[in-house]
Amino acid sequence: MTDATRLLIGTRKGAWYLDSAADRTGWRLTGPQFLGQIINHLVADPRDPDVLMAAASTGHLGPTIQRSTDGGATWSEVSKPPAFASGEPHGRSVHHTFWLEPGHESEPGVWWAGSSPPALFRSADNGETWEGVTGLNEHPKVMDWFPPMDEGTPDGPMIAGIVIDPRDARHMYLATPMAGVLETTDQGSNWRPLNQNVRCDYLPDPDPEIGQDAHQIALAPTNPDRIWQQNHCGIYRLDRPDERWERIGDAMPRDVGDIGFSIVPHPRCADTAWVFPMDGTEVWPRISPDGRPAVYRTRDGGASWERQDKGFPREQGWFTVKRQAMCGDGRDPMGLYLGTTSGEVWASTDEGESWRQIAAHLPEIYSVKVAPKA
Amino acid sequence: MVQVLVPSQLTSYTDGATRVAAAGATVGAVLDDLDARFPGLKFRVVDEQDRVRKHMRLFVGQSETRDVTRALGPADELLIFGALSGG
Repeated sequence: MTDATRLLIGTRKGAWYLDSAADRTGWRLTGPQFLGQIINHLVADPRDPDVLMAAASTGHLGPTIQRSTDGGATWSEVSKPPAFASGEPHGRSVHHTFWLEPGHESEPGVWWAGSSPPALFRSADNGETWEGVTGLNEHPKVMDWFPPMDEGTPDGPMIAGIVIDPRDARHMYLATPMAGVLETTDQGSNWRPLNQNVRCDYLPDPDPEIGQDAHQIALAPTNPDRIWQQNHCGIYRLDRPDERWERIGDAMPRDVGDIGFSIVPHPRCADTAWVFPMDGTEVWPRISPDGRPAVYRTRDGGASWERQDKGFPREQGWFTVKRQAMCGDGRDPMGLYLGTTSGEVWASTDEGESWRQIAAHLPEIYSVKVAPKA
Repeated sequence: MVQVLVPSQLTSYTDGATRVAAAGATVGAVLDDLDARFPGLKFRVVDEQDRVRKHMRLFVGQSETRDVTRALGPADELLIFGALSGG
């Protein structure tokens, strides 16, 4: 018998918890926390599951970080949320924190935060205070990598993902919307683009060094040299030390395409991953293609993909799934969870074969994460 | 002391108070004084470059200001409003 599962749900209007029985049935919704606040990311610390962090902002107020040290029962605002230095040369200010990442297992209390406009921040005191990572935020090319842009689609350009190599705390990747994937091997002092063969269909040079829009990246847990990427222009895979990405989305059905926000690797099989395609044709509706939601799974490293839509609406289902709103639970068989732009949470406990709706009528969902076991 | 009108968006910081008194000779100094007593309040109104946030509006009496160096006298009243269109 395994423990119950808790999902942490961040939405455009607050946060909720979704708790199951041990068999991943009987889901019960509690909340809201932070009613009316925009919760871009709500994350628990696998090194200390009592610690949760939430990236919060509102339409009126500036951004902040809320923290719980009792498993989400109570929350308080941290004393120094991510912010640029006063008077910094580019005049930037943090609009919102988009991504929160617990640090490497060897560094308890360390957290990373990615913001909009794109910048990286680090906390060494469990999120209480944050400092800018100057190696990125003051990089000589930072204004080339992240040119000023007040309003991007959908909510401004941001650091869209932070990934830490589980074998080496100094080795990290960022997913960014205008410089693609960036890599550091010295924990942020130096960065370089890692974008070979990743398309930019929206630029005169379709294969530049930078300019790519990495929607999400993830390492295969059993093979951290394998990086999965859902990009604005397709699904890619890179096996380090190679530098050249392979567009594995070319094997997706043509009428579905390989555009989306999320990509979720299998916890035990490095050849298996899931995506949730969205319509990236013409004016980019960013909804389920043809109104028929589905995940697609590869079990051969992206050489082929199979549609998994049992339980989803067969027609007139126009939701999509944002970057942080799809995840897995690591159990066997793996559970998959996704939150939709229409405020529904869907679950599969058979590795995507079948799906059922476990919550509805929530605000637009930005983030779904599985809480680690205490 | 300057009287400050606190909008609903910030009353979670002021224990529900909608009017508080604060010390300071400028808008920024008054916000600093408020922040010392209600930690975190200022950053949600003014960003790290001392710019009033886009959807916050500050008035000294009937006169709107977006300048945190604006001088205040002890008889002045600082009114803070949240003003946002959209959903």
